[in-house]
Amino acid sequence: MMTLQIHNLTKHFPNAKTPAVNRITFSMQEGEILALVGPSGCGKTTTLRLIAGLERPDSGSIAIHGALVASETVFIPPEKRGVGMVFQDHALFPHLSIFENVAFGLQGRKRAEVQAIVSEMLRLVGLESHARRYPHALSGGERQRVALARALAPRPALVLLDEPFSSLDAGLRLEMREQVRDILKVMRTTAIFVTHDQEEALFMGDRLAVFREGEIEQIGAPEQIFHAPVSRFVAEFMGGSDFLPGLTQPEGIETELGLLTQPAPAAKHVELAVRADDIDFALDAEGNATIAGRFFRGAFHVYRLQLDSGRILHAFKEHTCLMPVGARVRAWVSAGHPLAAFDTQS
Amino acid sequence: MRIISILLTFFILLPILVVGGQWLAPRWEVWIHLWNTRLPEMMITTALLTLGVGAGTFLLGTGLAWLVSAYRFPGQTVFEWLLIGPLAMPSFVLAYVYMGLFDFAGPVQKALRAWLGSAAWFPEIRSLGGAILVLSLVLYPYVYVLARAAFLEQAASTFEAARLMGYTRLQTFWKLVLPLARPSLATGVTLAMLEALTDFGAVRFFSVSTISEGIVRLWEGALDRSSALALASLLLVAALLVILLERILRGEARFFQADSHYRRLEPLQLRGVRAWVAALICGCVLVAALGLPLAQLSFWTVQEFGKGTPGIFDAVFYRYLRTSVGLALLASLLAVGLATMLAQYARSTRSRFRAVLTRLATSGYAMPGAVIAAGVLILLSFLDQQKWFSFMLTSSLFGLVYAYVVRFFSLAYNSAEASLEKVTPSLIEAARLMGAGPARILYRIQAPLISSGLAAGVTLVFVDVLKELPATLLLRPFGMDTLAIWAYMAAAESLWSVAALPSLTLLVIGLTAVLFLFRAGKLLL
Repeated sequence: MMTLQIHNLTKHFPNAKTPAVNRITFSMQEGEILALVGPSGCGKTTTLRLIAGLERPDSGSIAIHGALVASETVFIPPEKRGVGMVFQDHALFPHLSIFENVAFGLQGRKRAEVQAIVSEMLRLVGLESHARRYPHALSGGERQRVALARALAPRPALVLLDEPFSSLDAGLRLEMREQVRDILKVMRTTAIFVTHDQEEALFMGDRLAVFREGEIEQIGAPEQIFHAPVSRFVAEFMGGSDFLPGLTQPEGIETELGLLTQPAPAAKHVELAVRADDIDFALDAEGNATIAGRFFRGAFHVYRLQLDSGRILHAFKEHTCLMPVGARVRAWVSAGHPLAAFDTQS
Repeated sequence: MRIISILLTFFILLPILVVGGQWLAPRWEVWIHLWNTRLPEMMITTALLTLGVGAGTFLLGTGLAWLVSAYRFPGQTVFEWLLIGPLAMPSFVLAYVYMGLFDFAGPVQKALRAWLGSAAWFPEIRSLGGAILVLSLVLYPYVYVLARAAFLEQAASTFEAARLMGYTRLQTFWKLVLPLARPSLATGVTLAMLEALTDFGAVRFFSVSTISEGIVRLWEGALDRSSALALASLLLVAALLVILLERILRGEARFFQADSHYRRLEPLQLRGVRAWVAALICGCVLVAALGLPLAQLSFWTVQEFGKGTPGIFDAVFYRYLRTSVGLALLASLLAVGLATMLAQYARSTRSRFRAVLTRLATSGYAMPGAVIAAGVLILLSFLDQQKWFSFMLTSSLFGLVYAYVVRFFSLAYNSAEASLEKVTPSLIEAARLMGAGPARILYRIQAPLISSGLAAGVTLVFVDVLKELPATLLLRPFGMDTLAIWAYMAAAESLWSVAALPSLTLLVIGLTAVLFLFRAGKLLL
């Protein structure tokens, strides 16, 4: 059985021109981590709040473990849904100790049981020694882990994480996301994770749902989203793409960098998404581009190439390979896989 | 909830509306009579007093705040919080202590005459200048608190940038620090000016005839209600003018320090003479506003205690104390309770309507006590005259408490709002997602988080009610005497040493509360 099924979910806030969430449909399997990703204001957080029961949908339905929790006629309040949530600001209760925070969702159970669960959760997040402390005495990363332990303690059917790392600084973020993913996987928790950082989404999600203006633009495995974006929006949002115009021919696509032999798209005028690892180049006085800049990135260099049309493309080279800025080069597509092509008209 | 909030706001505004409504149908004969008697003098005196206190509190408050926040000198950390103390001093108490000390028959002038002969000149304390001095000493903390907070908020980098561009520390203060703090300073100075407008006791003792004083005098003495009411409506306009002045002084300016990781300006260590001068300035202000009156009041109390005068720590004293405390407790609990309701409603919606509603409901603090008292009196006597209305509300406890609630509602509202802000929406949502129902959320989350803030609000209103004079004088039920009334009455008869014990009691209660709240960071003006 699916852990979560969402069908045609729609939420339109009063005074808003367009719906915040517009007819979205997806489902999740037990133990899966789904990352909702998209620019701010695209409806991903609203989707999360609808699932939690913190907002009421206008239409559509949500079912958790096969039981309907929201539809036009049914609305189960958040306290009865058995859904855990990690908030953006962590929302730890400042007047309760770490122990009391984690135990908050365990009311109605025996003392010994509460004690056992809280200790286990705190051990899982590595904060056993902090049980008696208060939230203000913890660091950002520690607060983050308490919030996760608190959300997981009642063993919810589903855990929702709303940009949980946005309040942490960059270094801690990388460390925390590995820890959080490990904990979620150890607990075999079904989780939905909201972020506007595409790299974080690629790392955290078993699947990704890319949101755009309240709709799901594409949903699928990270590799699929990254390598086969369905639209220019997804390709652009997932990052690192330059765009190269092309003209569809019977045998492939004609571009500034020559003819690409790949299955021809339906549209005549297209744009191809090219990443820096799809392009290679060599010094050539008779070439088609000039080196406009070079940036050191540690293991490799990023070269900024200006094609004769004026268009800019980026390309990687090993750090041992140095070519002077201003040199003429010949650039070609070396992807080894078909490039994503989008209709220029749409 | 919406209906209750509208009704609440309506009743809070009603006394002010009643007084303002006088302008709809002005009674010209009353105005002509007033104009021909003392109105022009009252208007000029009120204007001079208000502006004088504005200038005095600006100088004292801003100067002292800059001194304690930008420099280090002996005693600076103690001065920093003691300087807030005069906020607890009832102005009429300081006024009569100064009369006792500096009047012709007082010890200071006697000593001067003994030393320099009978021709020795001394400025007359019972004058407009004296009133400005006394009120500035009592009211400067309004500016001090806000200015200090504004200075502490300013990032060191701004200051350092100016220094690197060649400005001296003092030039930077004038060119940068002061303009940046302008919105806070404007608010502080206008609060002090509004308090000067509403003051009644000090000006009466110094025979400075302001509009507030006139209202009470006409109502009490001559029982000339229509003249008193006309004056009240004039005072309302004066208060509105001061508020308008604040808007102009603030301008559109909203200064924020963008970066939350700012570094605070490191205070400069003063050495040698300059350090002692700084300490001396703070010390002088404190002695003048607190030390001297505390010493004199204690001396008088001991003196009367030795004489066995009735009213010194006997049954009568405790009766007054009980009345005062009971009344203040009732009013402050009611004000904070109602304010919390309104603030809770305001948080639950985000409409423009509720913004207007709370704006209106909190305007009472700007309104002089005499205006509110007059409004309440008119309302209640109107009700009592109705045949269908069978209670006697005029000069009942109800009227007095009503007036207190209106007067101090915005003070209560500020602390209610600040306390409720600690309960962020996500805290409630987190609790709900963990299965907590409304009762458990109230008991485990909301109540513990807001109780200390609300207690601070109750304390602030409590202290202000304790020392309130004009509304208490006009509205108190017959035979109901509070410590403030007792002290005022005795001092009005020049029985200064008799007035000392109730004054001292008010001062000690107020001082304890104010200093405690300030240290706990919960002093909201």
